[in-house]
Amino acid sequence: MIKFLTKGIIRDRSRSLFPVLVVTLAVAMIIFFQGFFTGIMNSMFLDSAVVSTGHVKVMTRGYKEESQLLPNDLALLGTDQLVNELGQDYPDLFWSPRITFGGLLDVPDENGETQAQGPVLALGIDFLSPKSRQIEIWKLERRLIDGRLPENANEALLSTRLAGQLGLSSGETVTLIGSTMYNAFTTFNFTVVGTFKLNLGPVDRQMMLVDITGARLALDMENASSEILGYTNSLYYDDTAAVALRGRYNKINSDSTDIFSPIMMALRDTNQMGTMVDYMSAASGLIVGVFLVISMIVLWNMGLMNGLRRYGEIGMRLAMGESKGQVYRSMIMESVVIGFIGTIIGTAMGLGLTYYMQEVGLDYSDAMESLGSTEIIMSNVFYAQVTPELYYIGFIPGVLATVLGTMLAGRAIYKREMAQLFKELET
Amino acid sequence: MIKIVIFLLSFSFLLGQSDEMTVQDIIKAMDDNLNAKSRVLTSKMIVHGRRASRTIESRNWVVGIDQAFTEYLSPPREAGTKMLKLYDKLWTYSPQTDRVIQISGHMLRQSVMGSDMSYNDMMEDRPLEELYEATLEGSVLIDGRDHWIMHLEAKVKGLSYSKRRAWIDKEYLLPMKEELYGKSGKLLKTSTMDGIKKVQGRWFPSRFIFKDELKRNSKGTEWRIDDIEFDAEIPKSRFSKAKLRK
Repeated sequence: MIKFLTKGIIRDRSRSLFPVLVVTLAVAMIIFFQGFFTGIMNSMFLDSAVVSTGHVKVMTRGYKEESQLLPNDLALLGTDQLVNELGQDYPDLFWSPRITFGGLLDVPDENGETQAQGPVLALGIDFLSPKSRQIEIWKLERRLIDGRLPENANEALLSTRLAGQLGLSSGETVTLIGSTMYNAFTTFNFTVVGTFKLNLGPVDRQMMLVDITGARLALDMENASSEILGYTNSLYYDDTAAVALRGRYNKINSDSTDIFSPIMMALRDTNQMGTMVDYMSAASGLIVGVFLVISMIVLWNMGLMNGLRRYGEIGMRLAMGESKGQVYRSMIMESVVIGFIGTIIGTAMGLGLTYYMQEVGLDYSDAMESLGSTEIIMSNVFYAQVTPELYYIGFIPGVLATVLGTMLAGRAIYKREMAQLFKELET
Repeated sequence: MIKIVIFLLSFSFLLGQSDEMTVQDIIKAMDDNLNAKSRVLTSKMIVHGRRASRTIESRNWVVGIDQAFTEYLSPPREAGTKMLKLYDKLWTYSPQTDRVIQISGHMLRQSVMGSDMSYNDMMEDRPLEELYEATLEGSVLIDGRDHWIMHLEAKVKGLSYSKRRAWIDKEYLLPMKEELYGKSGKLLKTSTMDGIKKVQGRWFPSRFIFKDELKRNSKGTEWRIDDIEFDAEIPKSRFSKAKLRK
């Protein structure tokens, strides 16, 4: 039966080409928009997670309270053991210690006197551990503008803007002036081995990246870290799962009376990201939902029109003795086939377009550069994201709406009387 | 009988001297007690952090109010760090980086070795008499000892503390307790001193306690003077930048 109907559809172009085209375009657009919005959301969350929030992160309660001041005297101690325990207890995530600190960078002249000085926001990141994924998630190989990645504790990468401001280039030595975790004055020499550009708006304006071992030496933070950041192995942020994990961890490990007790925060708990997560999810759902409804109406209407266009044919088939049920079922089966073919082609097209935008992205650096400063970390390039749901989401409007439209139009079959049919055929 | 009369006369003279001192006399006496032509001292700074306490040992050479040289002796991480103050300039040398760095601008507001004292506190060594207008607010007994309560209002612009309130022991002529206020009238720091001893004819405390009132949960910083020598001969070369690297 399906074979018979498919042949009919293919041979009669008016029954196949236009409906399949409409279904294909609608499905392709739905898939692309869904993939693009998911990509923007995840890209924004991942950038924020990489630079500061993690998908979840652990710190002391005291550090959380004063986090704006970067209070490393309230840092986590015994970090190696904590990272191991987190890895064992929550294997779906990988964990990485981080030291965030501020200070001044002092550039010496040939006599060792101060030549230039400027404020710096530095991150001590676990770049050098054998299993570390930090270079991968920071996309440092892609973001490196000049020089090479750090290989030793006393090597540093500077953002191109900071390096330009201080007149520094690769190979030069710079002295960090800051405070140890005991708030004592400290100075430490770093060798600049490269410069980078994050393309995340103003975030990297004063940024220096060093390996955490260097930060520990500079700040007297042996086996300590400001925070431990956790990322899902797939790098996909699942807000519900992160919030549930945070709740479970804090129930077991956190003591509200002890400022040194660890506390976990989800990405949504920091830097106004909660509002952003909710807003983006709602906006994305609304836009895709509205588009889905419009597509369904179009496809439904197409099914109706198709049914009405074949008014004469249906009458002829009934007059020839086909039962109303048979005609109705064959029309529905046809719409299923059309919907299915259109959805498959549309899904393939939509996925192709989404994949292209996932790889190439949409660059809007100029707009981001015009932003003065923002706490929300946003990428200068929007990338789409191919997710598993994109493989099936098109079937909802593609098949369902087409079939529903045909079903509605097909109701007319049952209203037609035999006597009236013959009259119609005579004229 | 004569002895008794002499004793009573002396006693009444002593009492009369304290009560008849003007505010300027008191403030000058305090400055004389705390400052000297020169001094060499070894001290320990015990910084009570939120997590643990650290003891930092140092040796200081000071001439008047404009020249000071400090060398940190322990703990190992701080050992060899040196600081030189020459008039209104301050340099620090760290052996780890082999760099001499001038501390200026907002860095002067940073804490010295994690203590409750800032570099600005270190820099303001000028006599109180030159910096503040003082008025007496009354007297009070603290631990059985008579104290004046003195209010000091800055008469020089740009000081870290525009107001101070000091409780001055009438015998030692030392500010046993001080409250230091900012421009807005907010209490910024408190300091106390104890272990008063007579050193080379002057009363001098063997322990100071500084507390930064803006630091939450701060337990303050103790500064213990292990030994001090006033009016010692200090060679001029001590206060040179070249000495920092040696």
